[in-house]
Amino acid sequence: MIITKKKTFETINESLKPFRKVFIVGCGTCSTVCQTGGEAQVKELAERIGGKCAGYTVVESPCDMRVLRRDLAPRRAEVDSADAIVTLCCGAGAQSTADLTGKVVVPGLDTLFIGKIERIGSFYERCRACTDCIILETGGICPYSRCAKGLLNGPCGGQVQGKCEVGGYQRDCAWVLAYNALKRQGRIEDFKKYRPPADRSRKPQEIVTR
Amino acid sequence: MREAFSRLISEIRAGKFVYTGEISPGKTTRIETLVEYAKALGRHVVACNVTDNPRARANMGSLAASIAIQERAGVEAICQMTARDRNRLAITSDLLGASALGIRNVLVMSGDHPSLGDNPSAMPVYDLDSAQMVELVRRMVDDGTDLAGNRIEGEVRIHVGVTGNPNADPLEVEIAKLERKARLGAEFVQTQAVFDIEAAEGFLEAAGGFGIPILIGILPCKSLRIAEQIAKNVPGIRIPEEYLERLRAAEGLPDQASREERVDIINEEYFSGMIAELRRTSRLAGAHIMGVAYGRIVGRISGGVERKEISRAW
Repeated sequence: MIITKKKTFETINESLKPFRKVFIVGCGTCSTVCQTGGEAQVKELAERIGGKCAGYTVVESPCDMRVLRRDLAPRRAEVDSADAIVTLCCGAGAQSTADLTGKVVVPGLDTLFIGKIERIGSFYERCRACTDCIILETGGICPYSRCAKGLLNGPCGGQVQGKCEVGGYQRDCAWVLAYNALKRQGRIEDFKKYRPPADRSRKPQEIVTR
Repeated sequence: MREAFSRLISEIRAGKFVYTGEISPGKTTRIETLVEYAKALGRHVVACNVTDNPRARANMGSLAASIAIQERAGVEAICQMTARDRNRLAITSDLLGASALGIRNVLVMSGDHPSLGDNPSAMPVYDLDSAQMVELVRRMVDDGTDLAGNRIEGEVRIHVGVTGNPNADPLEVEIAKLERKARLGAEFVQTQAVFDIEAAEGFLEAAGGFGIPILIGILPCKSLRIAEQIAKNVPGIRIPEEYLERLRAAEGLPDQASREERVDIINEEYFSGMIAELRRTSRLAGAHIMGVAYGRIVGRISGGVERKEISRAW
């Protein structure tokens, strides 16, 4: 899931000042699960902005242009009457909305990470989209997202009793977790293995299959 | 065996027990203070570490300060380099410059996370980690190339050391990590400060088989207050009550001068005893003596070790 968090109403309201009418787009997938951009949150925002609201809808997955087009089509008149759109979805959904409508998009959420959900209120970052997954050799623990330094040959000197120095020894050290998992799996040699520098050149990614 | 480029490595190879000290440049442009401190420290050590923004505070750079202490104080530097602030391009550049200007030892480490420092919003770089920095130095020195295989003009003459932490819990993870770095070609280890002789012995025993010289880190405390701060702020470190008790007793002395003298004696006794004992029980190449503005203690501790060993030889 893409984990998001709501911007405060005051922040959103401030951003809406220049606009007369706004349309609200929610997300029926990740943001619904996070309770940041589902039916309830979209309605709540619509009520709070009152007369400024030209309409609202929850798009099943606003990051998918086909679905966005399909779900916004029946609301075309309301969207057209608005001079801005507030999106309650991740950055991908917000930009798809901007692409499709050509309207000013006011992001109502901040995108935090790709994560695991245990329950509402308990979200854990699990993936940095590094483009080269190595969790087979790290005991199922991703060092890019779970080691504060993203080390490939950890742990560093900042772990104490398996806890990380970053954030005051609350979070588990990814590399101690990896060590314990690999030991349990009888694969300690994978821990001792040297992992050479990764390709961290990270250019903007676009995949276009022709 | 590779050629010895530095006094540190020459003396270790010659079987001499070596002492290294530590200098920590501040957020300052006043380099003279640093040079003066290095001159005083240089009388008692074979080489001196120059820290690279410890606790992620943006201070004077370690490479600049290392060159200054070599050229102006005549003290061999062990230039600390972290992976925190620079990517592989910058680290490679710094190593080329370091070798060109006569730096012969570097100590590589990941470096405290920026969020702990004085510019907490800084980007944590960690393009490489400390093991990969060992590989980088090896490639530059042994193969004459950078990590991508691009050729370097001229020789790179640098020894690479790594850190180890005898206080680490779990220790087996620390040891496995050190084994990896030893295999990659790290040439010496300087450890985190250790007060507890059993922790030091456990570490030396576990890491003794890697064939890499180890300098045990010690941190003589100038006062009870400093010792208590370290115990409180350096997680994982264990300071034996016996040491603290002796410092506490010294606090009771009436005047400043006798208190200072008493604390110096306590540190000399405690740490020279510890080093002499470790030399007897373990394979130990030297001691890395840290200490905040406490250069005078270095000579007293090394002198103390020598006296203990002479009296034992009798």
